[in-house]
Parts: sequence; structure tokens; C-alpha cells
Amino acid sequence: MRRNHAIWIWAALPIVLLGVLVTAVIKLQPAERLRPAGAPPVERLTISRATLASDGIRLYVLNDGPDPVTIAQVTVDDAYWAFTSANGSTLPHLASTTLHVPYPWVAGEAHLLKVLTSTGTTFEHEIAVAVETPAVTRAQLGSFALIGLYVGVLPVAIGLCWWPVLARLGRRGLDVVLAVTIGLLVFLLIDAVHEGLEGAAQVAASYQGTALFAGAAAAAYLALEAVGAWLRDARNRRRQQESPGAVLALLIAIGIGLHNFGEGLAIGAAFALGEAALGTLLIVGFTLHNTTEGLAILSPMAKERPSLALLVRLGLIGGAPTIAGAWLGGFVYSPVAAVLCLGLGAGAIAQVVHQLSRQLSGGTSAAFASPRIAFGLLAGFAVMYGTGMLVG
Amino acid sequence: MPPLSRRSLFRLVGLGAAAAGTTALGAARLRGQAAVTHDPATHSMATHAAHVMGPVGRVSTASFDPGVFTRSWNFSHLPPEEREGFYRETPRADGTLLREYQLIAADREIEIAPGIFFPAWTFNGQVPGPTLRATEGDRVKVTFINAGTHPHTIHFHGWHRPEMDGSMPEHQVQPGGTFVYEFDADPFGLHLYHCHAVPLKRHLHKGLYGVFIVDPRAARPPADDLVMVMNGFDTNFDADNEVYAVNTVAHHFMHEPLRVEVGHLVRIHLVNVTEFDLINSFHLHGMFFDLYRTGTSRSAPEKTDTVMLCQGERAILETRFRYPGNFMFHAHQSEFAELGWMGMFEAVEGRRAT
Repeated sequence: MRRNHAIWIWAALPIVLLGVLVTAVIKLQPAERLRPAGAPPVERLTISRATLASDGIRLYVLNDGPDPVTIAQVTVDDAYWAFTSANGSTLPHLASTTLHVPYPWVAGEAHLLKVLTSTGTTFEHEIAVAVETPAVTRAQLGSFALIGLYVGVLPVAIGLCWWPVLARLGRRGLDVVLAVTIGLLVFLLIDAVHEGLEGAAQVAASYQGTALFAGAAAAAYLALEAVGAWLRDARNRRRQQESPGAVLALLIAIGIGLHNFGEGLAIGAAFALGEAALGTLLIVGFTLHNTTEGLAILSPMAKERPSLALLVRLGLIGGAPTIAGAWLGGFVYSPVAAVLCLGLGAGAIAQVVHQLSRQLSGGTSAAFASPRIAFGLLAGFAVMYGTGMLVG
Repeated sequence: MPPLSRRSLFRLVGLGAAAAGTTALGAARLRGQAAVTHDPATHSMATHAAHVMGPVGRVSTASFDPGVFTRSWNFSHLPPEEREGFYRETPRADGTLLREYQLIAADREIEIAPGIFFPAWTFNGQVPGPTLRATEGDRVKVTFINAGTHPHTIHFHGWHRPEMDGSMPEHQVQPGGTFVYEFDADPFGLHLYHCHAVPLKRHLHKGLYGVFIVDPRAARPPADDLVMVMNGFDTNFDADNEVYAVNTVAHHFMHEPLRVEVGHLVRIHLVNVTEFDLINSFHLHGMFFDLYRTGTSRSAPEKTDTVMLCQGERAILETRFRYPGNFMFHAHQSEFAELGWMGMFEAVEGRRAT
């Protein structure tokens, strides 16, 4: 017992010492000696979003620099304008506020807002196309749900209709389908990484976007591994022989669902920010783009007899998150949430790609050497690349 | 060299080496004052367009009042005993005057728009520097003390010998150094002075400039003389001005209109020292004015309501307000106007109170 107590004391000692050290650093401020006299404060404001309403523009501002920042003035298109700050004009580290600028913005045109601090440092936010920010109304929710249905749920469902064709394919044909699936998932992976890192560069530095993205991706990968193992285990225990491929199909559906959630975020945000001037073409592009995702979900189950209910379930898991994403993106767009979702999607897809590769002709690396497989991989990638051009 | 009294030294808060310790204190005090007048959170929101345009809050006029600057020259804004430290005039045998000035370059943080503080380089703690005014033929003697942190000079526009030009590398006055500029006031007209140390752009836009008026021997008709310096401030140092003004403080004269008398001759001494932008302009609402370019002629060949001046160019504008009421004046570059270079005259009947 005494020995146990000693262990606890030794475990607590470094924590206590650390507390003393941190207190000393805060009290003594050794870094202040290095700061030259009269050096201006380090000012860093992040403007996460702007909303537009009939009574003007609202800016969501976060101080993610080390020093307090005092907001002195706001200009819109190089004109000083009145504003009110919901949370006072001086923001300490990590404090945020909403600035309301009663500016008569012009629909369909661009506006540039600048926040000037007490030192005259400027932080800019561009409104590329001014449109009234959608309010959460039943009609708006319905519109975003409809878009989600068009670009997410229905294309995945249509893709699932290939099942009878897949069921008739031989081993070689199936390998090609698997390869195509891997090819298109790799494309989605690259897309998610690109979008995620691009978004990571835009979030406030304190959120460490790149680490957030990588962490989310790793978490999703490990979570899918665990879920997959648990599902297989559960099925084995129940001696269910009906559909071993269904586990992998479910994992793929989850991965694609997470990816589509991120896609929904982007679409919702684009409409909310008025950048979806492409409108119909954007929707058609995403629709074509996502149809192949149904095929991806099917491919591990080609030699099984999945029930219609299972197919519907998988289709919803893969496609329905688009609707949720569109809602979130349209009404409460947050760059941090977007990076997190894209990270989760990337990790999930990476895990699925790994799983599918093992299915290819028994999972030997020699499989990739076959021209058939190589063709399938590249074809899958090319289809996504081609349809991606429609939404680029 | 006229002695710099302790009192006048303290008046110029933040003067270089001699007062290094007071610099931070002075800046802190100024900031404190401004904080009282500037708080967007409590600023009542008006929805009328005329009220929502322009910066929020007011700049403290405790250390620099653009309205006072407009009607001050030869340190007339100082009480007599203090003024002596910076300006003295001595009659000469030929009837002209010897005018002795003391100009001191000093770093100082100034408030140029409500809540926005600019790390300026100043003459005598103010931007623009004090207006110097002499009569054609007077002897001008300017003792320049560099209490700043960089080499500076004073370069006067007007006739003078090359060694008085303040423009060559050997003319630079090092921090702590002193130089005496001496020349005759010639020709009559509206001139300016500014630092000519390199890099030029920085030394100018940081605030080292002022107005130098030379009146003709036969005096111009008496008038309400107004000094207006069109200037701008690049607060984030991206070679583009964030704040424009006449006499430094953005939109000051929108809140404190310049009061003038209906029917009385008003003479505006307009100088453009805006950096980065090629030109600036002055537009007066509701009337026209006679234009004397550089003020070097007694006859005005031009009547207009808008005048364009390039960097360093200046003009004398004369007019009489026909109607009482408020008349706007501003740069006709709308961008400059909306970034602070906009003001108001208030024309009143009868004798002007001030």
C-alpha cells in the first residue's frame, strides 16, 4: 500500500512542478524582455463568415492572435461605415464578436469589407457575390433537401441498379469493377485531401487546420477499422452466412456518406454565398459524379444476394448525408466544421480503399500488375476526373 | 538658437531623446483619452444613410485640433510666453522682418480617425507641421532640431541657395543633430516645406510636411484665411492610403463644420501632400471660387468649383458665401471622400464669432 501511495506522489509531482513553472512564466513574463520597446502588438483577426440581410452585413470575427485587438473602424468598398460590435470593440485572445454594418449592399455584386484595428492594421473579407443569406425557413430547408436528393441520394440509388449486371459478372469482370471502384475512390480521396487542406489554410490559425484535418482523417480510418472488425465479429458469432460482403459494402457506404456530407457542405455554402451561379450545371455535374458511388457500394456484394431493404439502407447511408451537409453548409457554414468533415471523409475513404484492394484477386500485390486491373483503376479515376470537370 | 523651454518641451509630448521616457507615457495618455470618445458598442445606430456613412466615434482634439490648425500660423495657437520659444520676429533696417522659427522633428503616435492611431513622424508633435507665414522679402531663419529616431531634413519650396535645400545626403540632420536654414521669403505665394530624407515616400507620408505662406509686399485684401492640407495615411504600410483627410483627421469637419461669414471674403490656402495617389482634388458645393495657382499671381484667370492638384501642388482659392447654411467640401475622388476627406462649411449671417 505504502508503495502505491509513493507512486501516486511521484506521478503528481511533475504536474505540480509544471503548475509552478507556468505560474512563474505568467508572473515574470520572460518573453517581454525580448520584445523591443514600442513594438506594436501582434494582431490577427479571422473573419470566418459574412451574412447579408436587408438591414446590412454581419461579420463574424475571431481574434486568434496572442495580443488583444481593438477594432476601430470598418470600411465597405473603401468607405468608412457605421457599425456595432456585439461583444465590445476590444477582443482578447480567442474572443469573437459579430460586427453589424448597416450597409446598403447591392444584390449580385461584389463587396470588400475591411476591419481596421487601433493600429491601422487591416483585415479583409470579400463577398464575391452578394445574395441575402438564407434564413432557416421550411421552404429553404426543402430546397436544400431537394438539391441534396438530386446530387446525393438519387445518383447513389441509380448506381445501385447495376446490381443485376454485377451479379452476372465472372471473377475477372468483377476484378475490373472493383478496380474501377478503387480508381474512383482514390479520386475522391485526392479531392477530399485537396479541399480539406485548402479549407485548413483558411481557418483561424489557432484551430491548426492541417492538424485538424489529419487528426479527423486518422480518427475516421481507425473508427472504420474498429467498426468493420466489430461487425464481422458480430456476424461470425451469429453465424450469419448470408452476406459477408455486406460489411465491406457498409463501410464503403459510410465512407462515401461522409464524403457526400462534405460535398453537401460545399454545395450548401456555395448557394448561401451566392457563388452557385452555375446552378443547374453544378447539380448535373455532381449527379453524374455521384452515380458511380452506387457502383462502389455494390462491388463487394456482387456474388451475394443482398435484400432490397439492405440496398435501400446502404443507399441512404451513402447519399442522405448530402442533405444534412447542404443544410449545415447553407445555414451555419463554418470553415472549421468543413475541414473536420472533409478530414473524416478522407480517412474513411482511405480505409475503404485499403479494404477493397485486399479483395482484388485475393489481395496480392501482383493483382495490380494485371493490365485489366490497371485499366479499371485508371478508368475509374478518369470517369471521376471527367465528370469533375462539370463542377470545377 | 532660441532656448527650448521646459514647458514647451512638455507640450510637445514625446520629443525624441530628451523626452524619451515621456514618449510611452504620452502615447498611453493619448490612447486613454481616445478610448473614452470611441466605443462602437455604445454608438447608437442610425439607419439614415447620412448618418451611417463615415467612421464611428470622434477623435480627441486634446492634442491636435484640425479646426484650430486651419486658422493658425507662426504658432499663433500658443499662448504668448510659449510662442516665444518657437517664433520671434525682429524688424530689420529695410522695413522687413527677421522671422525666427524652431521646428523639431519627433516621433509621435497620432489619432487620425476615431480609434486609429498612426505612428507618425512629426514637426513639433503635429501633422501637418506648424504653418509658417512670412511676407515677401522677410528673412526666414529656421532652427531645426532632429529629436526623432531617423535622419531628417527640411526642404523648403522657394528661392534659396543649394546648401539650404535639405535634399542631398550631406544635408541630412542626424538624430540629436541641429541645422539652421536661412533664406529670404521669395516669391510670394503658397508654398510648403517637407522632409527630404530618403526614403522619400516614407518620410513624407509619415507626416513630415507643413505649409509655408509668403504674402505679397502689398497685402492681399483682408479675408478669413484658412489653411487646408490634403493628406492621407497608409496605416498598414501597403503603399495605399487607408485614411484621407484635410488637416489629418478623417471627417473632422463633418462633425465640426468650419464656420464662415456670408458675404465675407474667404481665402483657402490649399496644399496637396497626399502620398501614393497621383492627384487629389477639392470640390466646393453650391458656389464657385477664384483660383490662384501656387498663389504667385494677383489675378485669377480661372473660376471653378473643382480643382485638381498633383503631389506637392497648391493653390489659393477665394470666394464669398452667398447664402447662409451648410455647404459640403470634399475631394471629388469619391473614394478619398468616403475614406475621410469630406467636410462642411457653415455660413452664417453677420460677424463671425471667432
